[in-house]
Amino acid sequence: MNSLWSRLEPLLPRVQKPARYIGCEDGAQQPEHGPGKVAWLLAYPDTYEVGLPNQGLQILYEIINERDDAVAERAYLPWTDLIAEMRRVGLPLFSVDNHLAASAFDIVAFNLSSELVYTNVLESLDLAGVPLRSENRDERHPVVGAGGHAVFNPEPMADFIDFFVIGDGEEVVAEITEVVGEWLRIGRPTGSRHEMLRRLACVPGVYVPAMYDVEYDGADLVGVYPRYPEIPEVVEKRTVADLADWPYPRNQLVPMTEVVHDRLNVEVFRGCTRGCRFCQAGMITRPVRERPLDQVRTMVSEGLARTGYDEVALTSLSTADFSGIEDVVGGTIDDPLNCGRVTISLPSLRVDAFTVGLAAKIGSARRTGLTFAPEAGTWRMRQIINKMITEEDLLATVESAYASGWSRMKLYFLTGLPSEMDEDTEGIAELARRVVQIGLEHTRKASVTVSLGGFVPKAHTPFQWFGQNGPEELQRKINLARNVVRGEKRVKIKWHDPHASLAEGITSRGDRRLGAVIERVWRAGGVFQEWSEHFDIRFWQDAMEAEGLSIDWYVTRHREETEVLPWDHIGAGLHRDFLWQDWTDALAGFGVPDCRWTPCYDCGACTEFGIEHIVASPVPPAGGSQGTGQGIPGIDAVPVSIGRPEGGFR
Amino acid sequence: MIRFRVRFDKHGKIRFTSHRDMARIWERAIRRVGLPVAYTEGFTPRPRISFGLALPTGYASDGEYLDIGMDESVVGADGTVSGTGVASETSIDLIQMKEQLSRALPVGMNVQAIEMIEGRPGSLQEEVVICTWRFEIRELGDIEARGAVADVLAADRLMVTRQRKGRETTEDIRPAVLSLAVKGKGDTGVILEADLAAKPRLVRPSELMAFLAPDHELGPVTRTHQWIEQDGAPREPIPGPATPAPRAQRRAS
Repeated sequence: MNSLWSRLEPLLPRVQKPARYIGCEDGAQQPEHGPGKVAWLLAYPDTYEVGLPNQGLQILYEIINERDDAVAERAYLPWTDLIAEMRRVGLPLFSVDNHLAASAFDIVAFNLSSELVYTNVLESLDLAGVPLRSENRDERHPVVGAGGHAVFNPEPMADFIDFFVIGDGEEVVAEITEVVGEWLRIGRPTGSRHEMLRRLACVPGVYVPAMYDVEYDGADLVGVYPRYPEIPEVVEKRTVADLADWPYPRNQLVPMTEVVHDRLNVEVFRGCTRGCRFCQAGMITRPVRERPLDQVRTMVSEGLARTGYDEVALTSLSTADFSGIEDVVGGTIDDPLNCGRVTISLPSLRVDAFTVGLAAKIGSARRTGLTFAPEAGTWRMRQIINKMITEEDLLATVESAYASGWSRMKLYFLTGLPSEMDEDTEGIAELARRVVQIGLEHTRKASVTVSLGGFVPKAHTPFQWFGQNGPEELQRKINLARNVVRGEKRVKIKWHDPHASLAEGITSRGDRRLGAVIERVWRAGGVFQEWSEHFDIRFWQDAMEAEGLSIDWYVTRHREETEVLPWDHIGAGLHRDFLWQDWTDALAGFGVPDCRWTPCYDCGACTEFGIEHIVASPVPPAGGSQGTGQGIPGIDAVPVSIGRPEGGFR
Repeated sequence: MIRFRVRFDKHGKIRFTSHRDMARIWERAIRRVGLPVAYTEGFTPRPRISFGLALPTGYASDGEYLDIGMDESVVGADGTVSGTGVASETSIDLIQMKEQLSRALPVGMNVQAIEMIEGRPGSLQEEVVICTWRFEIRELGDIEARGAVADVLAADRLMVTRQRKGRETTEDIRPAVLSLAVKGKGDTGVILEADLAAKPRLVRPSELMAFLAPDHELGPVTRTHQWIEQDGAPREPIPGPATPAPRAQRRAS
């Protein structure tokens, strides 16, 4: 295989930030390809700056390269300026490690973390010279795979992807390597691709859409059925039982140019059982699996020494919940080797006093901004989404943050939530105003930035039946919130484009018919749709119309309990009746406690797979009301009601 | 604070990193080696590292410079540095420091020499007055190149227009062209060498292209030397492995 570097090099002086295309990271590998080795290309369908830090991709990169029978390289989608240059001179998509053509790999596997990157996958395949549609590929072409959170509803991308990996990838890459490796060993005879895919479809956690027929009754989906007896009816997700077995990445990539999250990242646990009902990540990654404290300590100290970074992020869906959090934070701050110069970032913080104490410990010098995510403006609404933070807790938290020297709060909220009323939306701005008033008692510089996102219901969540708010309704709600604090310069409201939420909504709960829509959007020039400068809702509206599909039917329509959902043949471990129960509990305003510290309510995630939470601490972390049930009057009596709410929902 | 001046090169793929990227690369390399670098005071302490004249993104170099400040308490009278970081319990001399830094830097970057600087010298950005460049013009013949060079050297003025703070300004760069000559054949065209003034601003080889060969592409560019002035004569901040005798002639024409 020939390096494309000599053809790429003359193009680089013509493009912005050429260092994105050189590879050369610390930790990068230049594996030797050869017979008997399955060559994986791990492709991120977004720019290098966004894709490089992706931990999932880096973990698989190391695991695959440690195998004797496989190699892995990485590719990212070049920015539009380089794409134009590449198309001009006929240069294909390349890996950044050995600068090899993407089509020279045996497997091209995409990381799909959100829906708006789907057209970028088509751009990558086209740039690679690989046929877009699975049905048009033969033995000469790579096997195209995809994984990541978005594939828990794989159907919109089913036309383009040969196999999806549902859930954790650490173990399953070995089994996929073996199936594809066997295919290579027999020399990929003509017509054998289908047989290989059929074998792949029997690997647990692997979904091969070509092995399933989709049946419709008019517009309605009847079901997705396996075409062969040995193919599973439901593809259950893969779950790594114990993170201690997977201390990856061992050699985190250190890029030569600026990227997002440019720091050491150490995953402290996977999964979350706070039970926030809007949160797909929290639902599909259960149960909670903590990394042993000692391993976290080692990964932090060795990682800092190896990379030279002066910042480490302890990552998870709610890092303050890590039972060893104080140990790690204290140990890292006090480590003489770090000379007091290491910063610790804790993404996804809870809203409580414990968090402020923790933040005070790590942010010794710069106390400018602190971020919290109450997600909803009123207690009523927070009960519905199961983000059980009382008003008192929230205000006490910001009070202690301002008192500890912070002056700027950033608050994340969702709007367009189920049963949200105008009082709830206005409550967001009123809450922000109250936060500023508290701040002004401590500092004249007190300010609040509210970040308002339009809620997009996701597969495998209790809100998967909810009809999303349309763009006009979302914009109306955004304006409601803005009107409350109009003229108040200390409260700033930022919001997400409601039309982008609409496009995300089309794909997030779409079925296989969306493939033609995604292809039309791409053919019309709709790439980098997750970048506001490139997003255009008209691409999506035109494509839906051309395919005779109704946006309202896919996005704003409420689903019935009995409706077949396009992802019913994908198993995230959660019982469908648990999700429906949680949905009806939501509408009744009932909360659900965190099952790490309270009795199991049988969502299915543990029992289905014979695994359990791995949590070092038998008691919930101190000081938090959020989801733990502590300090909320009446929460002990969380009702386990069987009934359905009367009158349905709005 | 005691200052050390480092000379290093930058070749291959890594040359596509920017000046800002270089700062981060160096900060990480210094932390990995555990050099007891001094930090600035204040709210956001930064390591005391100062870089020389920015090298345009994509250009290679045989001689780049940076100054590193270290706490006096860790520098012995003989110039040895005792580290408090990764190199604790030991002391490292300049040769070791050179090797350790080279190992911590990405492929394509090597430390060529380190010197302790006496007193308080001026900053590299202010002191470098001339840069020598070697550059290739793609698909240009030797004879055409010699003609173009003669024309440029014979010109009274070389007017260039460029964007500066959002406004177009026009200036004459002829005074900045101190020497210019054809040096032979390269991989894809002809190789030229030029001494270009770095004051009042750094003039780049790409700016000469409009006068030398407007229809051709600029190929690989290498900054081969940077010159400071000492007692009226040009001298490199630290002599490199193969530095020619300093030029006596300031302007070739």
